[in-house]
Amino acid sequence: MDTAPGADLAARLTQTAAAARVPASMTALDPMRPRPFRIERWQRDLSDTFTIDLAPLEGSPLTFRPGQFNMLYIHGAGEVPISISGDPERPERLIHTTRAVGQVTNAMKALRVGDVIGVRGPFGTPWPVEAADGHDVVIVAGGIGLAPLRPLIHAVLARRGRLGNVVLLYGARTPEDILYRKQVSAWRGRFDMTVHVTVDRATGRWSGPVGMVTKLIARGGFDARDTAAYVCGPEIMMRHVAQALLDRGVAAERLFLSMERNMKCAIGFCGHCQWGPDFVCKDGPVFRYDRVATRLAQSEV
Amino acid sequence: MVSLQDMDDLLNAHPFFAGLGPKHLDELAGCARNERFDAGDYIFHEGGMADRFYILRHGQVAVEVKVPHKGSVVLETLHEDDTLGWSWLVPPHHWTFDARAVSLVRAISLDGVCLREKMETDHELGFHLMARFVPVMGERLRAARLQMLDLYAPPA
Repeated sequence: MDTAPGADLAARLTQTAAAARVPASMTALDPMRPRPFRIERWQRDLSDTFTIDLAPLEGSPLTFRPGQFNMLYIHGAGEVPISISGDPERPERLIHTTRAVGQVTNAMKALRVGDVIGVRGPFGTPWPVEAADGHDVVIVAGGIGLAPLRPLIHAVLARRGRLGNVVLLYGARTPEDILYRKQVSAWRGRFDMTVHVTVDRATGRWSGPVGMVTKLIARGGFDARDTAAYVCGPEIMMRHVAQALLDRGVAAERLFLSMERNMKCAIGFCGHCQWGPDFVCKDGPVFRYDRVATRLAQSEV
Repeated sequence: MVSLQDMDDLLNAHPFFAGLGPKHLDELAGCARNERFDAGDYIFHEGGMADRFYILRHGQVAVEVKVPHKGSVVLETLHEDDTLGWSWLVPPHHWTFDARAVSLVRAISLDGVCLREKMETDHELGFHLMARFVPVMGERLRAARLQMLDLYAPPA
């Protein structure tokens, strides 16, 4: 049979990629090659945080699962790992919420509708939504940690009928730092979910709770022994939240965290994001608590 | 007015007093009364005589401190099932902060003078109360330390 010279190599690379669990949405040849996406919408969320909606210049939309991330390449600035924060059932709009903290994210903040950026992904392990089936769900977010949890909240609400109580606990720095404020209000207005928001510092006319997000856990609204919990925020916050959930009776194997490390290649080759025996980019960012508990308590891992 | 038996039942049902025997619950009920505060009412003021503590049954209380040029700053809020106040336990029995009802608050208050007298003669009661207050203090201290870290601040 007559085949093109590269076909055999491509087929072998595909097999290798499959073995390495490179996402099926990408061909084996291009996990390192960004696809061009156009900014369709640019919105400022907080003083240093913004959300962009992307659409591919060509080809099919990028499908993803909640909790996964993309590598976003800004021409002339570099590449950064950013979690996807849109609805997984509406992949035609690829949504990323970013905090401008470094050179690349600041360059990204300066972009506007119509600008083109490169996208590689999606990468990483997803939030296991199905682990919640038949249980109550507790989602605990700290600060900008709400962004990687938003696709999960969409997915949870999409399978609402299979779940018990659904509780979202969110801790922000101040009332002005509440991310996705309109959407959080809308969730709060639903009859089928409980939403509590607390702030570390009350400002203005805030009349809601003030204090650590861990305190919201004590307010209950879920049956701890029959609960799946998903946590994202600064590492210290996640440690304390995880402990508070465990103390209450949540099972360690139904408790999930999303870790943040310095992801560069996103496919487990470069080693920048190594965390103990794992690479956060491909073995994470979502980890089951009981598998990382000992590492979580150690520094410099 | 709530009868002593009703108060006994109220205290018995509260997680803070879980595990106390009938004798001690009776002693507590003898020092307890129902309280109600409307939104905006101050429950106590910094420096005031700390002669009681509160078990919140409903509503939200802000623990505040007055800061020059900034007005009242809310340090934390307390809610249903939380306890409010421990300055009654140890001399000089003065409140350290203000406490203000953010919403309608229903609470049970326990008279500190009454309790301190009972704890003098019944050290076991004192032990049981201390064993319940220390974890609350520890939890508040932990929360305050984490709040102090300003975890969600932009990276420096």
